Amino acid sequence: MTVTIASVKQRAESDARSRGYYLNPDPKFLSDLFEGLKTNEDRYGYPSCPCRPGTGVYEQDRDIICPCDYRDPDVVEYGACYCSLYVNKEVYDSGKPIPIPERRPAEKMFPELAPKPAEVLLVTATSSQTTGRILWYCKQCGYVVFREDAPYICPICKAKKEFFAEVRLEVQQRTS
Amino acid sequence: MPITKVEGVRKDHKVFLYTLSTCGWCKKTKELLREKGVAYEYLDVDVLKAEERKAAVEDLHRRNAPLGFPIVIIDDNQLISGYQPEKILGALGL
Repeated sequence: MTVTIASVKQRAESDARSRGYYLNPDPKFLSDLFEGLKTNEDRYGYPSCPCRPGTGVYEQDRDIICPCDYRDPDVVEYGACYCSLYVNKEVYDSGKPIPIPERRPAEKMFPELAPKPAEVLLVTATSSQTTGRILWYCKQCGYVVFREDAPYICPICKAKKEFFAEVRLEVQQRTS
Repeated sequence: MPITKVEGVRKDHKVFLYTLSTCGWCKKTKELLREKGVAYEYLDVDVLKAEERKAAVEDLHRRNAPLGFPIVIIDDNQLISGYQPEKILGALGL
């Protein structure tokens, strides 16, 4: 499917409406963000946040696919998401969103700088060990499903497969 | 490194920006400097090849750069993260 500014805009508008958010009140800024989202979707195949450096590796960028994992807590705390695409009514009415601090952990921003995995033994316990099926949740509407792979499209909000994230239980045990 | 040079009448400080080509706040920062006639250079980190990106990330790490684009570096020692017009103009004496 071809990504267009219109499709990016329509997705953001529909998501804002269903969540009670507003989009950035500055038309020029907003259109720059739509342009950035389209560029990233063309580039990576998923609309990662225009204000964060994507890696092109889906697993590494999963938390910053718009709407990102940090949007809801950011709008609650600051009235706007990190790139200021989504804002609350108060910020919308003010007409002037301001930048907010980054909530995403540093090691996710630049995987190049993350500690080497050998330092930590990661024991992953998911239901897949017994059944092959795991829990997936839709980042757009919260729908949860128990199956082998994420649904092609969310049956509730029609979000694409990329919007589904795995629900994982992890137990970390240090080797030293 | 594909560093872009933007001409301006104010050249009394060396201004270098790490930016993302897709980022709204980065665009605003570039506009601010252009409006004020400040000469600057910038590097869009998201369009770099893997090796160049690694070098840029290492430079940011060496500088102990806070998270968040744009990262404005003035005279190679003062570092401002995010779109902060007052801080940026203050550091440039404008």
